[in-house]
Amino acid sequence: MEILQLIVSGLANGCIYGLIALGFALIYKAAEQVNFAQGDLMMFGAFVALGLTNDSHLGLPFWVACIGAVTAMAVLGWLLERSVLRRVFGQSQIAVVILTIAFGFLLRIAAGLIWGHDPLTLESPIAGVNQHFGGLVLGLDELTVIAVTLVLTAILFGFFSRTKLGIAMQASSQNQLAAYYMGIPVKRIHGLTWALAGAIAAVAGILFASKGSIDPNTGLLGIKAFAAAVIGGFGSLPGALAGGLIVGLIEPFAARYVASGYSQIAPYAMLILVLLIRPHGLFAQIHAKKV
Amino acid sequence: MRTTFQTSYLQDVRLFPDVRRAIRYAALVALAAALPLVLDDFLLGEATNVLIWAVAGMGLMVLTGHAGQASLGHAAFLAVGCYANAILMERVDLPFVASFLAAGAITGLAGVLIAIPALRLHGIYLAIATLALSMLTEDIIVLAEPWTGGVTGLVAPDITIAGAQVDRYGSPDLFYWLCLVVALIVTLGYRNVLRTPLGRAFVAIRDSEISAQAMGVNVAVTKACAFGLSCMVTGWAGALMGHFIYTFNHEVFTVIISIQLLVMIVIGGLGSIQGAYWGALVLVGIPQVINIARDGAQAALGSSIVIPGIETGLFMAILILFILFEPRGIHGRLEKWKVYVELFPFCRRDMFRRQKSYLKTERMR
Repeated sequence: MEILQLIVSGLANGCIYGLIALGFALIYKAAEQVNFAQGDLMMFGAFVALGLTNDSHLGLPFWVACIGAVTAMAVLGWLLERSVLRRVFGQSQIAVVILTIAFGFLLRIAAGLIWGHDPLTLESPIAGVNQHFGGLVLGLDELTVIAVTLVLTAILFGFFSRTKLGIAMQASSQNQLAAYYMGIPVKRIHGLTWALAGAIAAVAGILFASKGSIDPNTGLLGIKAFAAAVIGGFGSLPGALAGGLIVGLIEPFAARYVASGYSQIAPYAMLILVLLIRPHGLFAQIHAKKV
Repeated sequence: MRTTFQTSYLQDVRLFPDVRRAIRYAALVALAAALPLVLDDFLLGEATNVLIWAVAGMGLMVLTGHAGQASLGHAAFLAVGCYANAILMERVDLPFVASFLAAGAITGLAGVLIAIPALRLHGIYLAIATLALSMLTEDIIVLAEPWTGGVTGLVAPDITIAGAQVDRYGSPDLFYWLCLVVALIVTLGYRNVLRTPLGRAFVAIRDSEISAQAMGVNVAVTKACAFGLSCMVTGWAGALMGHFIYTFNHEVFTVIISIQLLVMIVIGGLGSIQGAYWGALVLVGIPQVINIARDGAQAALGSSIVIPGIETGLFMAILILFILFEPRGIHGRLEKWKVYVELFPFCRRDMFRRQKSYLKTERMR
């Protein structure tokens, strides 16, 4: 029973990692860029929702706040691409990495200035409600997290493999010049991709904030989610979810059965191990390097 | 523009292209050596800090600027150098010079060990692996408590060189000169490595691994060398940093330091030794500028303004502006101004225009 409880809480945590990792994978798949600010976008999205719905702030109804936060973050993502990243279009990936790292820092400082540095909790209807299944105690928040993550991954997977826009996104990342020749508006597609990533970050943020408190440094969680994305295979959506679940499950078990000091290490050790054995992740998408 | 009349191929690899430049650098070194005579103790400490960061920056510059391998984990190697030096001095009772050299060797060896598996990774994946390494450092330092002192940390032992007590607080000028000597040796060594076949191989694998391979460069060995050299220098910087901050624990060498180091050399100018110095100057200078501005604002408004994290924020904003408008950093900007002045009035905008490029992925679906 204890193991089952560990598994469920691990799954719920893993789904949060998976959701952030989904944002990483999405941008990598559709724009061939690596977004180190995804964790900070998530933190910011959570704060926007909190600022809209908490009684001490605006006090709007929860669902309105959710929609508002998702829209705001989508606009923020689009603006970020439009104003900053478009200028380094076509340059090396490292330029984007450094830019997004810097942007993440700026977001963290902005959140600290607006909402302060103390941990805050989101007043959401799914927080703190427990369901009993036999001897198992499940939080409604944990169940919601798992359900939303699964649904979102499925929708995105379908979007990328079935719709015209999704395929255009893949094409514009695989070969920008060829995509141009085929009539795909590559830059506009990139803008859409970032808007989508911002929206997903907001969803992840709202779910995360329902499970516990947030402060501006919550964004550092993004690095752990980053490990998850790489373990799963960068650019693969199911891989991102799988990686998130692996990281989420390793942590509580390492804390329970090894020693608490090691639970911090476990995800990164796993990451290095995966990079050494299968450098391109479990769901690898690179088969042979072409010259 | 001054063109040197070439009479032999050896001129291509001379340390200084012409006498003027040699004189200019000699004057700079003389000025740096004379700084303790003019600056007060606080500013001298900041100057020392610049030198230490510049050494660390040069360490990363070899790897990222010249060999083209981005690393987000160099704080780990700073930590290795710092702890190795302190432990060797404390436990083994080595004199500073010996433990300092040994700390560099140990860190270099650690770098090569990391490099061997990392050779399979390219570009962004390498950056991620080194980032993971950086995240691990903090926890490993805590877990290795018998050696590293864990959460309480260590205190840097006193340095005695040739009978003289070198202490950051007791004799800041001696400590400054020590850092200056280390920085000079590293700079000279760096410049010399760039003139060797190994240095040219670094640049070759940065520009294209495949063409380097076709030209007969052993990519694996070259990358391992780049890692080794880079980490050795970073280890030295770490050792000096340990003495500079005096007490250190697991919270000193965080992933933020790794990011700062990478950001610093990008601002300074990737692929140039001078860039490491410029970057260090900006990194150490920003908090001072903010302090001055804060005092000014306090005098003008009558109330103090405290914005937490403003140093990092300003640093990152400068970084964003540099990447967008001057990707070659401060050093690149200065070079462009120099060309502009030398060619006046024949300099055209297009001379420095970036070539348009498009990305392709290696993924198959």
